[in-house]
Amino acid sequence: MDPINFVILASILFAIGAAAVLLRRNAIIAFMGVELMLNAANLALVSFSRMHGEIDGQIMAFFVLVVAAAEVVVGLAIIIAVFRARQTISLDEPAELKG
Amino acid sequence: MLDLTWLLIAVPLASSFVLLLLGKRANPWGHWLGVAASGTAFVVGLLALIQMLGLDAHDRAHAVHLFSWIPGGELNVDAGLLVDPLSMTFVMLVTFVGTLIHIYSVAYMEHDPNRRIFFAYLNLFVAAMLLLVLADSYLLLFVGWEGVGLASYLLIGFWNQKPEYATAANKAFVVNRIGDIGLIIAMGLMFTYLGGVDFATVFAAAPEASTAQLTAIGLMLLLAATGKSAQFPLQSWLGDAMAGPTPVSALIHAATMVTAGVYLIVRSAPIYEGAPAAQTVVAAIGAFTLILGALIGMAKDDIKKALAASTMSQIGYMMLAAGLGPIGYAFAIFHLVTHGFFKAGMFLGAGSVMHGMHDQVDMRRYGALRTAMVTTWVTFGLGWLAILGVPPFSGFWSKDKIIEAAFVGEGVQPWILGGAALIGAGLTAFYMSRLFFMTFHGKARWTDDQHPHESPALMTVPMIILAVGSAFLGLFLAMGDRFTDWLEPVTGHAEHHEPVLPVPVIMVATLLLVALGVWVAWRKYGAADVPETAPAASLATIAARNDMFQDSVNRGVFERPGTHLTRTLVYADAALVDGAVDKTAHSFARTGESVRKTQNGQVRSYALTMLVGLVIIILVVVQGGL
Amino acid sequence: MVNAVLFWIIAAITVIPALSLLFARKAVHVAMSVVLVMVGLATAYVALGAPFLGMVQIVVYTGAVMMLFLFVLMLVGVDQREELKETIKGQRWIGLFTAAGLGAFLVSIVGRTALPTAEVGVQGEPDVIAIMLFEKYVLVIEVLGFLLITAAVGALVLTHTPRLKPRRTQLEVQRDRVLMGANPVNKPMPGVYARHNALDVPALDPEGQPIEDSVSRVLKTRSQTQLGEEYRAQLEDPSRKEGDR
Repeated sequence: MDPINFVILASILFAIGAAAVLLRRNAIIAFMGVELMLNAANLALVSFSRMHGEIDGQIMAFFVLVVAAAEVVVGLAIIIAVFRARQTISLDEPAELKG
Repeated sequence: MLDLTWLLIAVPLASSFVLLLLGKRANPWGHWLGVAASGTAFVVGLLALIQMLGLDAHDRAHAVHLFSWIPGGELNVDAGLLVDPLSMTFVMLVTFVGTLIHIYSVAYMEHDPNRRIFFAYLNLFVAAMLLLVLADSYLLLFVGWEGVGLASYLLIGFWNQKPEYATAANKAFVVNRIGDIGLIIAMGLMFTYLGGVDFATVFAAAPEASTAQLTAIGLMLLLAATGKSAQFPLQSWLGDAMAGPTPVSALIHAATMVTAGVYLIVRSAPIYEGAPAAQTVVAAIGAFTLILGALIGMAKDDIKKALAASTMSQIGYMMLAAGLGPIGYAFAIFHLVTHGFFKAGMFLGAGSVMHGMHDQVDMRRYGALRTAMVTTWVTFGLGWLAILGVPPFSGFWSKDKIIEAAFVGEGVQPWILGGAALIGAGLTAFYMSRLFFMTFHGKARWTDDQHPHESPALMTVPMIILAVGSAFLGLFLAMGDRFTDWLEPVTGHAEHHEPVLPVPVIMVATLLLVALGVWVAWRKYGAADVPETAPAASLATIAARNDMFQDSVNRGVFERPGTHLTRTLVYADAALVDGAVDKTAHSFARTGESVRKTQNGQVRSYALTMLVGLVIIILVVVQGGL
Repeated sequence: MVNAVLFWIIAAITVIPALSLLFARKAVHVAMSVVLVMVGLATAYVALGAPFLGMVQIVVYTGAVMMLFLFVLMLVGVDQREELKETIKGQRWIGLFTAAGLGAFLVSIVGRTALPTAEVGVQGEPDVIAIMLFEKYVLVIEVLGFLLITAAVGALVLTHTPRLKPRRTQLEVQRDRVLMGANPVNKPMPGVYARHNALDVPALDPEGQPIEDSVSRVLKTRSQTQLGEEYRAQLEDPSRKEGDR
């Protein structure tokens, strides 16, 4: 089966992740949506690597993985810090950005 | 060894950084590291000199390419060193005198808690000065030029807990900046007219350039030189710069840094060759400053300020010689070297006197120190004889040649320049003798808490070495035209010209004027009693005591109009520019006020907006692109 | 080329659990579903000739990242429920529509492309990857090292709480509680009918009524509590079997 199908799969997963970020108010779930989007991008990269017959795509996916790991650590730390300050992790609660 | 000349710069620089970065833990041995760094530079320089002496005269210019500094299309500047007899002369002067002064400072600054930082700055200065003289392009020279300016600023303000010392440092810095602008403009002009800023390109292109272009460059270089060398009209900072510790005055403000302007002029000889007008201005400024400095020196009671005025005057001699063209270049550098020795020696002597006299600088409270400080008296005396130009001491060989060269020429110019140089010699004899007699002879006019004593060996040994140099270096270098031959590859061969007066006449006139000056000084200050406070005096003396009102002139001519101009501009700025800007800003603010309502503070809503935007972009790209 | 059956299996175990991100109520369920998605993706990597990346995916995502998520969920409390009612006007429908539109666009664009597939597949074995990483991309690796260290330090800084006030003593805590009018004594403990590890059985007040407060609210959230009456009935009627709830 053509690896391009995996790219389609990645597109679907990306859309699901984006919808999760938009719709869920629990910060942790929204954050998991972000992770899903990153992984969808990774899947696309690996598929391209297979299609081009070049290993560079996999290397890029590896880098995305590392960056995502760093991002998870900081993001979760922020969630904990917010939870300590407000006793909630709802995304709708902090509204200081209101103009 | 010639390829290792970069060590000359790197070693003191590294030492400086080590001393600054290690902090207090380097306090116990920091000063010896400073001395060692300077000494290493001297040894490297000496080895390079020996190697250079083994070469033929025309192979002595040696270029060392360090790295490609600014590679940029038409402006390519490589960082490289040019080691030739001229820069080698400076290397030897800076490292030798510098090392002696480092050693001297170990004792002089012994009780200062910040001695380590002092040595770090001294090392920084040595590195920057060597970079200045070794650079093979005006741009790299400028780096060193700024570096010595920085070191000078830091060291003048070394005791910046006193506000007036900090002000003196700022003054030196600001006045030097004016000169630096000249150098920057000169570099810009060189790049435009001559196609580069490295010596090789500039000097190769100089003969083809027009006289007007070369004159402009020459005058801008001269502006830079007047700033650094405290020449008229940028001379006002040097007197105040004596706020720094005395070794600093000896090294930076007498022997080396202030002579950088002379170096710049001599190094730029090919430019001045094509610009006789600029050359004449150089000579005129030199002649004017040498008289001005001498007049100020005659009235000063502060020993360091009198020496500073003398430095100004002596650099005036060098400038005058440098403005005379090839016949003067070698003598300018020659006088620079001998002056470096005897003036540094005298400054160290002054430091030794201050050390023994409880930091008293007023010469009216000295007197009769020859018995209390024999070594200082003898070494200072040798420096005094040297600066007077008494044969066979060093100053005679260099200064007399400058006076002779000043008399060469046609028309009225030799009479004016030569006359100024001749009168300057007499004035020099007067004020230096005045200084010498007031300090070491006459009756003791000490205050009660002063107990003069000789300084420790760490201070006297450098003074002795410098005194020996003051006595014999001139003779050694002048014998068989050794020094002029050595510099000839750089300064060019000088055709022999006869002065308008016969040489013996000039020499005798000079010596007579010198003797007259010494005799008048002895009558007034050696044999007669000197009042302990300055007596009321004529207008001319008051003017000289106040540095010819240079600060008032600067204030009236530059500062006041500048302030008014600035005020007007500020007002115009507030009314017109700010008005327009404020109106614009208000309109933006009102727009923002209305747009603000879309900011509901909900992160998810923002995320949604971003996603909608993304989808629209994809839509546009897909519809338009594919 | 990839086995078609394998592709469909992978599609099923990624897309279906991923939908839980949108529909599951409890964050723990979502996290466990995402673990499954990650395993599916790892399988896809192996199928696409990236075995090293597949292993890394399992180790990093299922092993570390998702566990970290679960850990944080425990820290903030599993009872952090979200209101399912949407508060921002139009957010739900516009969001769903846009996300679906994005997915549709991407799928249609990808579906329309005709990229050739290399005949010879790549083999992302560890040694191949390692040589690439430390020869061609060594600078990137260094930068990533900085990034990871920064992230670690950032997490430490963010989660560190400096003590601004002196520690409150037991006496002060007690005094405050009395002043607030709170119950001055301890709450009743659960498990009065201690037949087993009976943390889930509420205590009874003197009137024989269960005291709701005596059971951990977490157990209540999970609907894992027992009613007091049930146990009392059990006690009064020994014929009922123990543990028969």
